[in-house]
Parts: sequence; structure tokens; C-alpha cells
Amino acid sequence: MMIVAGQSQSAYFLEETSTVAETHTLSVLVDNEPGVLARVIGLFSGRGYNIESLTVSEVEHEKHLSRITVVTTGTPQVITQIMNQLGRLVPVHRVVNLTKMGEAIERELALVKVAGKGEHRVEALRLAQAFEARTVDATLESFVFELTGTPADIDRFVNLMTECGLVEVARTGLAALARGKMGM
Amino acid sequence: MTRQMTGAEMVIQALIDQGVDTIFGYPGGAVLPIYDEIFQQDKINHILVRHEQGAGHAAEGYARSTGKPGVVLVTSGPGATNMVTALTDALMDSIPMVCITGQVPTHLIGTDGFQECDTVGITRPCTKHNWLVQRIEDLPKILHEAFRIATTGRPGPVVVDIPKNIQFQTGTYANFKDQAQTQYKPRVKGDDTAIREAVALMAAAKKPVLYTGGGVVNAGPAASRLLRELVKLTNMPITSTLMGLGAYPASGPNWLGMLGMHGTYEANLAMHDCDVMVCIGARFDDRITGRIDAFSPTSKKIHIDIDPSSINKNVRVDIPIVGDVGYVLEDMIKVWKETQPVQDRAAMTAWWQQVSVWKAKKCLAYRKNADVIMPQYAVERLYQLTKGHDTYITTEVGQHQMWAAQYFGFEEPNRWMTSGGLGTMGYGLPAALGVQIAHPDALVIDIAGDASVQMNIQEMSTAIQYEAPIKVFILNNQYMGMVRQWQQLLHGNRLSHSYTEAMPDFVKLAEAYGAVGIKAERPDELDDAIEEMIRVKRPVIFDCRVANLANCFPMIPSGKAHNEMLLGDASDDEIDTAIGSSGKMLV
Repeated sequence: MMIVAGQSQSAYFLEETSTVAETHTLSVLVDNEPGVLARVIGLFSGRGYNIESLTVSEVEHEKHLSRITVVTTGTPQVITQIMNQLGRLVPVHRVVNLTKMGEAIERELALVKVAGKGEHRVEALRLAQAFEARTVDATLESFVFELTGTPADIDRFVNLMTECGLVEVARTGLAALARGKMGM
Repeated sequence: MTRQMTGAEMVIQALIDQGVDTIFGYPGGAVLPIYDEIFQQDKINHILVRHEQGAGHAAEGYARSTGKPGVVLVTSGPGATNMVTALTDALMDSIPMVCITGQVPTHLIGTDGFQECDTVGITRPCTKHNWLVQRIEDLPKILHEAFRIATTGRPGPVVVDIPKNIQFQTGTYANFKDQAQTQYKPRVKGDDTAIREAVALMAAAKKPVLYTGGGVVNAGPAASRLLRELVKLTNMPITSTLMGLGAYPASGPNWLGMLGMHGTYEANLAMHDCDVMVCIGARFDDRITGRIDAFSPTSKKIHIDIDPSSINKNVRVDIPIVGDVGYVLEDMIKVWKETQPVQDRAAMTAWWQQVSVWKAKKCLAYRKNADVIMPQYAVERLYQLTKGHDTYITTEVGQHQMWAAQYFGFEEPNRWMTSGGLGTMGYGLPAALGVQIAHPDALVIDIAGDASVQMNIQEMSTAIQYEAPIKVFILNNQYMGMVRQWQQLLHGNRLSHSYTEAMPDFVKLAEAYGAVGIKAERPDELDDAIEEMIRVKRPVIFDCRVANLANCFPMIPSGKAHNEMLLGDASDDEIDTAIGSSGKMLV
């Protein structure tokens, strides 16, 4: 059965006034306690929100605080709802929308393995130098490069490497901070 | 004052320090140390249920009728999983509940041990918060924090999962009551600027309506008093969700009746046509709004809610006020009195005239029958004959629940216990038990359906054991009435599995449990039978045989707006075509 927009609606088919999905980076400061990541992930899956990238690590050892950086997509209303729902979790201290606060610094680290001989190998090394990637492992037939940059930088690098014998990629997901002197 | 004691003793001591006098539970291997402590004390009254779900709903009934948290104690594995429905129910309806579960010893966790389950994993999405206690040192803090989190802010259920070895271990206990152990601190006071803006908007309204919900009841009796004062001050018409019934009295002059899918004509049309809507402790649930893009299209909306995530979730509002209803209403009244706004008297008079035109429709009228008891009539008579008694009503879920909401008038908050958000069949009987335990001398009636009541009928045995004289008033139409109604409206009257071909003899069933069975089949014997039920000071199952095929009206069909209601006198044709093909998709 088709649901035609503008015809049959109930709460189960919410019509957003703004249907343009935006990508936002949220920074969430949480107590580093068992299950906290499951709470956050469960909230996203249970309520049908998207996770494009998620990183988590303890950032303040004495206070047992972890920072979760999550990249998500949704209409402005959904993004606000996600922030409010996150704020409802007991171990969550603060939720900040870095995208709304202006251009945040966003970085990701990737490990990229390529294998090959001859011209492919030379090209891979040349491109790695151009992207300022570090060579962290080398054999006669392979390299592992380490690259830090924006997700777009890494996408570009990985795309180029597919032509040069790309074997596999590991990416950390996004770490992000707001610019300026203020912390969250 | 700190003392050395075992984990099991800590549980009991923490309950005592929290002022708990009653818990509902069921023993099992992983909670035996705690049950041993219960045996050796007399401050806490333990009610032994027959099924853990019953303990959960009983605790909900206890909580909702007293304003205190309901406390449950169950074992690991099946004990915990049987609690899941009650926990979800409490989460949806914002009922404070503390559930203590036993767990296999810490060294066995993860080994698929006997009666092991991942309790915190399973209950994470159906609790406000939960804990697996891993060290005896953490136990006192967690127990007290559990109460703080369950009862403050938007109330809800919490689970404390305690491995058996922790129950045996000895540690230091201290009373951490009301001492925050986490940064959790809900905002109770509303923003002053927003409140002033809201008052100005309300004062300038020509067609205002107050739309209240369970949040008013949760905010305590003072909030209900303030609500009544605000109504008096502003002379606004007021409606309420299912969960909020009783906060404003049904006999009050400004009362429109309940709103929503089975709400009154006047309440829903006032919502649709109003120019200012003041939502107080309600959450724009889909049973309330109907078709969301046609919901109250011309109004400015004010929303008071303690939970920021309720704001702008389903419906965009103009003035959100995050705070406890009690605090915000107090400030609103203060500002109203201080600014002495001049309302548009002419507009308000016209608005009230419009309301009386809607009321004249008599949307709750139904065809009386001299031979068959109409279910609406049964609830009406029950209401009339219980007036003057100290009455509490619980319900199961379905047609009877809506008829109870429509035809029973509630004058005070905390008198009406029903499963609103989750819609849990089997809620009413154990909930009535919980209410009766809290109010031993009150008249506690579960208005039930024949299908729902069988989902937790085993708790009759508990009622007998504790001499809790609950009255189970079954509107028996031999159908899952609401399912049948929807099949009639949506599925060509193909009544797939909504007829119960084998029904127990409820009178004999009552007698088997040791309760009193009463049956009424004709309207002329109903009053006497109800009076007998009220007179009996023992548990009663009342088999009230009602018209089998009655439908619950008014009704806003799925996918329709408030001004597209079906009324009771709607012709058959109208019912057949009331719901379009796309509406059938909806729940």
C-alpha cells in the first residue's frame, strides 16, 4: 500500500515542514561507566535515528568522563530531538551540536593498506607523499599508510588508492572540537 | 551513621530509609538472601504475587494512587523478563517504580548460567535508568540514587540488578537518601520570560483551551489545586488526556470531557478550532492528535513539560516551558494576578456559546435497551452507585477502558489507574490489588473486559491471600471488543480471532479462588447486583453480561482530523467508508 504525501497522515507518518536532512556532528560528554555506549547506540537504533560515524574514548581519567562524537543526519527537528533524547540519559553530562556552533575542527585517522609492484607501487607512494600520509609499514609488495584529515580528505585518498592496489582500510571515525577558547 | 552489613541487609535498610512500607515480589534462587532478610524483619510488608508481571502492575497501582514509588523485588532470568511489560508500561506512563532483581553471582555472569539473563541489557530501553551492581561498595549509593531518579523529574521505572554474591558480601552502609550520586538534576522551575509570554498569549486569546495530561497528576495534589485555580482565574474550557483524568473535576463547570480518539465531540472540536492551546503535562500523543498535519491548525501552542524531549517531538509549539507543572502553574497564576490582564469578554462568551452548541450534540448518548445491558449503561450505573464511596478505579485495555473514561466521572487525581501509553491488557486486576494494599478501606474497582482480565487473573489468588477486597467488574461481551470494532471498521467485519469461544464461568472462577462471584444479565437486575458487590467486603468478580456488538464512540478514525469524528448515531454507511485505504495502515 502506498502512502501518498499530503493525503493520509497520522503520527506514524510525520510530515516534516523542513524535509531537508542535514548532517550534524554532536559531542556528548558522558560518565565512563559500563553500558553507557549501549545506552547511546540503543537510543539511536530504538528511535530510528542515523549514525554515520561514532567515536568514543575516555578523555578525563580522574572524573571518569568519556567523549562520544557522533555524526548524524536528520531534519533540524529530528536533530533537536536527538539532542534532547541524549540529554535525558542519566550518564550524559552535556550534549553540544558542534555543527551549529560554527565550523568545528573535525579529524579522522585512517590506515590504508595497498599491495602491488612496479608503477602502482611508485604511484601509491607519490600520492601518499602528496597527502602527507605516513608510511607505517612497508614490505617489498605492500605499504600501510597512516593519514589524518577530514573525512573528505580520507575519502579522496582512499578513492585514489583503489587504482593503486588498495587492499583494505581502517578508519577511526570522527573526532571533533569546537574552535575558540571555550570548552563544552 | 554508617554500619557494616551484608548486601541483602543493605537492600532492606535502604528501603526502610526511603520510607518504603510495601513491596511486591516473587522469590527465586538469585534473591534468596534478600528474602531471608525480609523474613527477619517486620518494617516492610511483602506482597507475594502469582506472576512477576502482576507485581509490576500492582506496584504501578500502588504508586499512581499514593504518589509514592512502587517497589518490586524479583529473581533473575524469568523473574526479570516477566517484569519487562510492567517496566515498559511504567516508562510510557511515567510511573515511579524501583525494581530490584537478583542476578547470578558475578563470576557466573556471561556463562549462560541457570536463570541468567542480561537484565540490564534487556531493560535498558524500558527503564529510565538501570544498574548492574558489581561491587558491594557501590550498592548503598546505587539503591538511594535509584529512588531519586525514579521519583524526580519525569518519573519512571529503574532497575537495580544485584548478583547473589554481592547480596552475601559485607560492606559499609550509609544512608544516601536525596544525595545526588550522579549529575542528574531535572529542571523544575520554568523560564520566567516564557511564562510571562505565555500568560500574555493566554490573556489575549479569543478561543483558548487547556489540554492537560498525566503530568499534572504526577506533579502532586498541589498541581491539581493550582490547575483548578488557573481554570477559575481564566475561565478557559479544559480537556484532559486519558492519563490526566481527575486533575480537574468531571463535575467542574469548565470541563469538556476527555479528548482524543475516543474523546468527546466538544473537547476535540475545541482543540481543533481554538486559537490558543495550553498543553499542561501532556505529550501530543498520536491518540490525542489524530492526523497530525490537520491538528489544531490555527492555534498558537504553549507546552509545559518537565521533559525537554517532549517539546516539539510530535507537534511544533510556539512557547515551550520546561519545568514541573506545579512550579510553572504557580508562577503562571502569580503573573496572571500581578498583571491583571483584561480578557476579551465578548470573544470568550462567544467561544463558550460555541462550546455549548457542541455539547448539545450529546456525543456520549447511546441507545438504551430494556433487555440487554449496554456497556455504557453499566459504567454509568457503577458510577452513580459508587458516588459517596472512597472509590478508586483501574481498568484493563480496550472498549471497557474507553467507556470507563467516558462515563465514570473523576473528581480527584490519583483515583484513576489505567495503562495509557503501552495499552497493556492485564494491567487492571494487579493494579487494583496494588491500590487496595495502599488503601485497605477504599472501594477499589477494576473495570475490566472479559479478554483482558484473563491475562493476569491469577492475581485473584493474591487478593484472597491478603484479604484485599478488590472488585473486578467485567464488561463481558465475549469479544476482544476493540479488536472486533476495528475489524468491523477496517477489515470488512471479518472477525478474525476476536471472539472467545471458550469463556470461563467467572462466577465459578471467583468461587474457585475463594472470592465472591456475581452475575448480572439484565438491566433491571444490574443495580441490585452492583450494590451487593459494593456491600461485600471480600474480593468479587462481577460478570456483567453486556451487549456483544456495541461500539465505542465517538471515534476519530486513524488518519483523520479532530473535526472528522464518527459519532454514535453515525449511519452504517458512514462507518463503512469512514477509514480510507491509507488509514488502514495505521494502528
